[in-house]
Amino acid sequence: MKVTRRKFLAQASLLSAGTLLPKFALGQAQKIRVGLMLPYTGTFAQLGTAITNGFKLAVNERGGKLGGRELEYFTVDDESEPSKAPENTNKLVQRDKVDVLVGTVHSGVVMGMIKIAKETNTLMIVPNAGLDAATGALCATNIFRTSFSNWQPSYPMGKIMADRGIRNVISLAWKYGAGEEAVAGFTEGFIKAGGKSVRGLWIPFPNTEFQALLTEIAALKPDAVFVFFAGGGAAKFIKDYAAAGLRKTIPLYSSGFLTDGILDAVGNDAEGLETTLHYADGLNSKKDKEFRAAYAKAHKSEPDVYAVQGYDAGLLLATGLDAVKGDLTKRKEIIAAMEKAKIDSPRGAWTMSKAHNPIQDIYLRKVVGKENRLVSIAHKALADPARGCKL
Amino acid sequence: MFYLIQLLNAVQYGLLLFLLSSGLTLIFGIMGVINLAHGSFYMVGAYLTYWLSKMTGSLWFAIPIGTAIAFAIGLLLETTIIRRLYRRDHLYQVLLTFGLILVFEELRSIFFGDEVHGVAVPEVLNFSIPLTETLSYPVYRLFITAVCLAIAALLYFVIHKTRAGMMIRAGNSNPEMASALGVNIPLLFAAVFAVGIALAAFAGAIAAPVTSVAPGMGNQVLIVCLVVVVIGGIGSINGAMIASLLIGLADTLGKILAPEYSGVAVYLLMAAILLWRPQGLGNKS
Repeated sequence: MKVTRRKFLAQASLLSAGTLLPKFALGQAQKIRVGLMLPYTGTFAQLGTAITNGFKLAVNERGGKLGGRELEYFTVDDESEPSKAPENTNKLVQRDKVDVLVGTVHSGVVMGMIKIAKETNTLMIVPNAGLDAATGALCATNIFRTSFSNWQPSYPMGKIMADRGIRNVISLAWKYGAGEEAVAGFTEGFIKAGGKSVRGLWIPFPNTEFQALLTEIAALKPDAVFVFFAGGGAAKFIKDYAAAGLRKTIPLYSSGFLTDGILDAVGNDAEGLETTLHYADGLNSKKDKEFRAAYAKAHKSEPDVYAVQGYDAGLLLATGLDAVKGDLTKRKEIIAAMEKAKIDSPRGAWTMSKAHNPIQDIYLRKVVGKENRLVSIAHKALADPARGCKL
Repeated sequence: MFYLIQLLNAVQYGLLLFLLSSGLTLIFGIMGVINLAHGSFYMVGAYLTYWLSKMTGSLWFAIPIGTAIAFAIGLLLETTIIRRLYRRDHLYQVLLTFGLILVFEELRSIFFGDEVHGVAVPEVLNFSIPLTETLSYPVYRLFITAVCLAIAALLYFVIHKTRAGMMIRAGNSNPEMASALGVNIPLLFAAVFAVGIALAAFAGAIAAPVTSVAPGMGNQVLIVCLVVVVIGGIGSINGAMIASLLIGLADTLGKILAPEYSGVAVYLLMAAILLWRPQGLGNKS
């Protein structure tokens, strides 16, 4: 088609007339603006990508529409950099005028996001960051989480270890929010179930020079060790722990982040490690099998727990928008529907707690080959205590 | 007994730090270039070793070839980019080498992806020596320590006993005068830069089996390398050696004696030494 000057002017005036129309006149024809604020570079890039893939899979399974309306994505790379969080969130909220915020992985960054989301009353879904306060002291009606609180996956491990007759434990974790909260959750469960003492060792985040601490563990000879590490640091820790000969004498336990996504990197050193998490290999439910097949087909890679959390964020938003047929002005109804949602997740069905965090099964898993194979349900329908939340 | 093992841990960590930071201090001291991308070459060395050892199945092949490739990259960078910085302000160097960090991270993401990788310890060294009933020491770590000592001795010998070393020292104290006396300064600088880069890559290569080959690994070591250079005195290899060992000791003791505050032990050490000797341990005032 040849564009003449006259035609161009006619179209341009039509276009500008469109933008001048009052908002209600356009109504349902407008796309729902979804802001994805996730790490696409740096240490957590892989997680950001998996969450995005999972979210889009949930939407695409509904023909690319939620509540009958198409979605338009706005993406910001948060770089897992807390100091840039308010600015990055504002880009989505103020500049792109998004209707929904989805993010993020890093707990420090999520604090900045929550602050802006509360100030501007923007609907927000957290697809990973485990910061206890996000659905605790900082909880709000417009903030939901589809992943976990740091307390949640660690707490059941305390009872499992105490039940096995373990009494004195050394905990070892990175000295930062997620590490401290994970150890606190474990300690609470362990002492409650009859454990005697937990002695805390710490290492600055993201330092991975473990040798001194391994020597200290060997000297103190606890009944067992509980750790919190993830990603590259986790892979190195597993190798170092095995190389120091400690696997043979002092059992190692952890929340599942230790062994997720790194089994290829550690070779045989992780074999037999037991961890607790809200997802596992070999769940063998119909939903999980379908999800894994669909994800592998769409993204040419195997899904992990982060992809599941992203997928569930999509399901949760769908539930909210379906209830109002995509009418975003009915905010109260959307939130009510999301609060009552029963999410048919690959990890197993879960519901929302009062504080907007999943009430979910936590699984005990064991490393077999390159899988975190399901052993049993460590805690059925576990809810975060949501300390400090007044919802 | 456990204190002796902790001492061994400290020395072992310190020597690896020395290997990593010796190149940085050489480049900084002799050429006056602050190379923030130094840590990136630690990463480059580790990733090349991961890739080459996967392709060929041999770590003994991967380490020297990976180091050689890094040396070539170093030469290329010096002649195309770094050379333009010598007469410029430090701020330009910081900007450019920071840019290089981003470039190398992005290239890593494109070529190798964002997953965590591991390199297997070679069979011959894949065993541990039992030290107590609970603890054994992996032989590969002892091997790294021995290699670091050998490199340190070699560096000392080259710098203090050979003609090339004489030229390096001359170039360090007065480049114009050395140039007037017939030392080929551009060639010398290119060689020093490439060797410095190769040392960092070699550290990454040899440490690959005991660390995880992961995104951002270079940035984690950069800060502590800069601390070594500052404590040791800019350009001083001897100073870097003492500084590395001191940091190894401070880090190890910090972790066992004050685990809650172990993150600050190294920086307290730096502050104390700078108050006492602002020019660093290895340099005369």
